[in-house]
Amino acid sequence: MSSDDVWIIGVSMTKFGRYPGRDVVDLGSEAALAALADASMSMADMQILASGNLYESNAMVGQRIQKQIGQTGIPVYNVANACATGATAVRVVYLAIKAGEADCGIAVGSEMMGKAGLLGGGGRAREEKHVFEPNGRYGAVMGTDGILGTNAMPGVFATAGMEYANRNDGVGFEQFAKVAEKNHAHSVLNPLAQYQKAFSLEEVMNAEVVSYPNTLLMCCPTGDGAAAAVMVSDTKLRTLPLDVQKRAVKVSASVMTSDPWTESGQVQPDVNTLTRNAADKAYEVAGVDPQDLDLVELHDCFATAELLHYDNLRLCEPGGAGDFIDSGAPRRDGRLPVNVSGGLISKGHPLGATGVANIFEVTTHLRGEAGDRQIEGAKVGMTHVIGLGSACAIHILEKAV
Amino acid sequence: MGGRIPLVDYLALDGDEPRLVANACDGCGAVYFDRRNACARCSGTSFAKKPLATEGSVRAFTIVKRAAPGVPVPYVSAVVDLDGGGTVKANVVGTDPTPETVRLGMPVRLVTFPAGTDDEGTEAVAFGFAPNAAKEETS
Repeated sequence: MSSDDVWIIGVSMTKFGRYPGRDVVDLGSEAALAALADASMSMADMQILASGNLYESNAMVGQRIQKQIGQTGIPVYNVANACATGATAVRVVYLAIKAGEADCGIAVGSEMMGKAGLLGGGGRAREEKHVFEPNGRYGAVMGTDGILGTNAMPGVFATAGMEYANRNDGVGFEQFAKVAEKNHAHSVLNPLAQYQKAFSLEEVMNAEVVSYPNTLLMCCPTGDGAAAAVMVSDTKLRTLPLDVQKRAVKVSASVMTSDPWTESGQVQPDVNTLTRNAADKAYEVAGVDPQDLDLVELHDCFATAELLHYDNLRLCEPGGAGDFIDSGAPRRDGRLPVNVSGGLISKGHPLGATGVANIFEVTTHLRGEAGDRQIEGAKVGMTHVIGLGSACAIHILEKAV
Repeated sequence: MGGRIPLVDYLALDGDEPRLVANACDGCGAVYFDRRNACARCSGTSFAKKPLATEGSVRAFTIVKRAAPGVPVPYVSAVVDLDGGGTVKANVVGTDPTPETVRLGMPVRLVTFPAGTDDEGTEAVAFGFAPNAAKEETS
């Protein structure tokens, strides 16, 4: 322990799925109250609340949750950072504790998406009087999605995967499909996952193609859910009951990056460079090597994305992501289990909740409390999210010694 | 009334052959297709128009089979590296949208096609990339 360490002492997540009868405040409140109970704390102990939510990012979700569970007057930060929104909320609390402004805070990530369908691709605008006129930064006279390539998420990440396949041997449709087969299989053990159904490799490969090489079973679903994490300073931790201290998990690194300039990044989001930059910094800050990791929860919004991130997060040899999945290394019984929660592909991806839910997952394993899906003896874990646009957040968590 | 208008303003239709014209940073040479406030690479603020090559190769692609309402599928979306610099996203046209016919690294050339007509009869002209048979033979 060192005096400026930040600790996680309470975590929770709702089951991900669809909650047509509830709202985002219900889900966020449920997650927040459960995380506080897990930490043996109450809202009265919190000095900061950070709320991550994307679809209602202009609607004060953090304060609305507060109005249900405890209006204590503390500062509330509502944050949005695409799919990195939840992790951004975690990092806001982390920064406040690091800065000495708070010794105790809570991050809540929540989202109600319903059945949102494809994200990112724009339908063509329909005007009453239809006369072409250049519009926007590209001077477009009409919608370009589907004419000048795709901007829908399954296609964007499919393209990213194919670029990796172009540059590295041993990567193709089957390797991408194996990622999804693995994550669906993992989810069977996770009662909080939106789906808990295994599919054979053949079923994954023969499913409807959404955006080749991503089939329907290689795309994460949309859905609803929330997650929360309570964090404290090292000084505060020492004042807490022993059973709280024993279950505390150290935040050894909390890193966020945006995408630096690359030429191709102007037309096709570069999801690699910012992830590599974040990973390298996280390893350096934590003093941890990739081979020290016992489990990783990474951003498998699409199967193609997970394969790239094996390489970006240095989990495999450079260029070796195909071999890595072929060897079974990222399976729960492999050398370095990846997405034992089922990942976004099967656990689900309520955007604002995701970056807190992976903190929940790794923390639960480091505490040895993950039940049937426990990775035995896990001591060090990593969480990774990327929000397109882009924002990447990586956390390295370590079991208390 | 008739006439033609480019789908996007970085497609130039007024020369001998259609071309993409980028905004190139005077300081570092970075090229952009959008209206610029400054250079994202070096923060320079002066730019010059730079015509780009009409030939290149497929850096990555996807075959889109499910899309937003109103977008016809299937189609091939590709990222194309242009010879001599510049990377652009567009559809691959003039070939079957199957993984067997579209290849990574495939040589392609710029082509144009009509994308729609407005109520005054003006035709929007889009660009895409077709397999470059001439290059294919020598590569």
